[in-house]
Amino acid sequence: MESLVETSSLTKHYGPIKAVDGLSLQMNPGEVYGFLGPNGSGKSTTILMLLGMTEPTSGTVSVAGHDPTRDPTSVKRQVGYLPEAVGFYPDLTGKRNLMYTAELNGINKREAEQKVEEVLQMVQLSEAGHRPAGQYSRGMRQRLGLADVLLKEPKLVILDDPTLGLDPAGIQWLLNLIENMAKQKGIAVFLSSHQLHEVQRICDRVGIMSRGKMVLEGTVSELTASQDGGFEVYLEVQKSNKQLIDALSNMESVTSVTTNGNKLTISSSVDLRNQVSEIAFEQKAGLVELRASNRSLEEIYLRYFQEPAGGDS
Amino acid sequence: MTAIFWKEMADHLGRRRFLLTFSLILFGFLWGMFILFREVQGSAVNTGEFLFLSLFTNSSGVLPPVLFYLGFFGPLIGIALGFDAINSERTQGTLAKLLSQPIHRDAVFNGKFLAGLATLGIVLAAIVLSIVGMGMFVMGYAPHGEEIIRILGFSLVTVVYLAFWLAMAMTCSIFFRNAVTSALVSLGIWLMATFLIALLIAPALAEVAVPEVKDVAQQVSRESWQLWISRISPSQLFNEAAQILLNPDARFTGVLSAQRASQLMSVQATPISAGQSLQLVWPHIIVVFSMVAAFIGVSYTKFLREEIRS
Repeated sequence: MESLVETSSLTKHYGPIKAVDGLSLQMNPGEVYGFLGPNGSGKSTTILMLLGMTEPTSGTVSVAGHDPTRDPTSVKRQVGYLPEAVGFYPDLTGKRNLMYTAELNGINKREAEQKVEEVLQMVQLSEAGHRPAGQYSRGMRQRLGLADVLLKEPKLVILDDPTLGLDPAGIQWLLNLIENMAKQKGIAVFLSSHQLHEVQRICDRVGIMSRGKMVLEGTVSELTASQDGGFEVYLEVQKSNKQLIDALSNMESVTSVTTNGNKLTISSSVDLRNQVSEIAFEQKAGLVELRASNRSLEEIYLRYFQEPAGGDS
Repeated sequence: MTAIFWKEMADHLGRRRFLLTFSLILFGFLWGMFILFREVQGSAVNTGEFLFLSLFTNSSGVLPPVLFYLGFFGPLIGIALGFDAINSERTQGTLAKLLSQPIHRDAVFNGKFLAGLATLGIVLAAIVLSIVGMGMFVMGYAPHGEEIIRILGFSLVTVVYLAFWLAMAMTCSIFFRNAVTSALVSLGIWLMATFLIALLIAPALAEVAVPEVKDVAQQVSRESWQLWISRISPSQLFNEAAQILLNPDARFTGVLSAQRASQLMSVQATPISAGQSLQLVWPHIIVVFSMVAAFIGVSYTKFLREEIRS
């Protein structure tokens, strides 16, 4: 199957600063790709290059079989883009805003009316569609933006930090919508975000950017496995004692047990939740909480998502 | 591009700027009516041939002619239609979305410019036609061919002149991200072109160029310096061109030298034809036109290369 997006050694300099540095990326049709990284890691710049909105310093890009630098219109015909902090004409109704996008995409009026209704329903804005977009909340604007992107029936949608500034419920709702859209319509999604935890659940694959470079790529489970941390079980009991700690430490494949009062963290190479619960029960420690802490994901987060403190470069 | 054009037209003529365009038309019409009833109607018998032209050139007491109204307020509406053309899209966050649609980037600028120009055309046509129309109604006869050509020529000059202000304001809207800055800069240029150059800068520079005036030759020299310097302002060019077109007795642009005056005295004071007048102002039109082209060119180079971040 031909790749939907393919870049090779894509580089963009802004003066002395390398915003994107030798990025090679590949994305298949129908795939949900999480493009993750802290702010300023080159995500937005990459997106601009994918759309032909800025020229790469060097390297090649191909999107849906076209070179966005040379032929941006062909790319834009097949790719929907939801910019970070999307805006609408505040005086026009949500519906009229979408009609304008439809017109710009050369969809004839009758067809457009029908499609606008359809996408508005999809993002649950059928009612609000008649109100001026200026009155919309941030979440509604984001949903209208998604509707706007879907109008042209794209092969690929590029979402630049769509969850930014939404409340937790709004984020879940939006992510579910994106997931459904990808599954039902077979639209590939290129989802940029700096919230690894939030978006990882809907992504088939993720790529992690740091300072313009792709530092990790793969499915979420591949990524966590590739980290050498193994598993970690977090245990909280009513009453911790030496016997309990010894019993835990003596289990097979346990590498370390750290304690903090009644809170214990057990590191191991395999998942030991079951055994840990049994030991806690045997020792009558009074189980309060037991969960696997996905340390690998945590580590990834700490390693790549903390913005460098001070001026180190 | 047509989609952008119609959307912008709807913005200009619809809710957003309706009050502005409509009140400009209304005031222009009332202004013309005042002149019509106070000045032109009474003098219908003795002014004779070019009554409809005098609707635009006659003043009434403190009220300057309609020509002045168009030259003065026209630029303001040109600026009003253009000063936030691009930067408002930027601040609303609609620019990135707009440019991610399958359209060429120049279509955004072209669509907006043409919509602005069409709006200016509609406003101008409404003012000119309503004044001429009322003139016909009150005076009871129609303008003759010569007058129609002159009024059309004058309208053309005015449209090109207003296009200058639109292009200038739109250029500001590309360079200044803040709409207020853009408006202030536009108004500054307007102030410069309409007042400062003609009243302050040109006379001052002419005095530097010709420091002493002892005889007529030096006086003429200084005057022509002043004229040529003030011609860098499109307002000056517009005023000259409009005067020539609407006044069949005006037969030259520039400073009257003694030699030329005597030449002119020897010919009979008959009005010149509309074609001849147009020929006289052709350079003016071309110059203003190229100023428009220059602004559009600058906008293109900036806007088409610019990276749009949301």
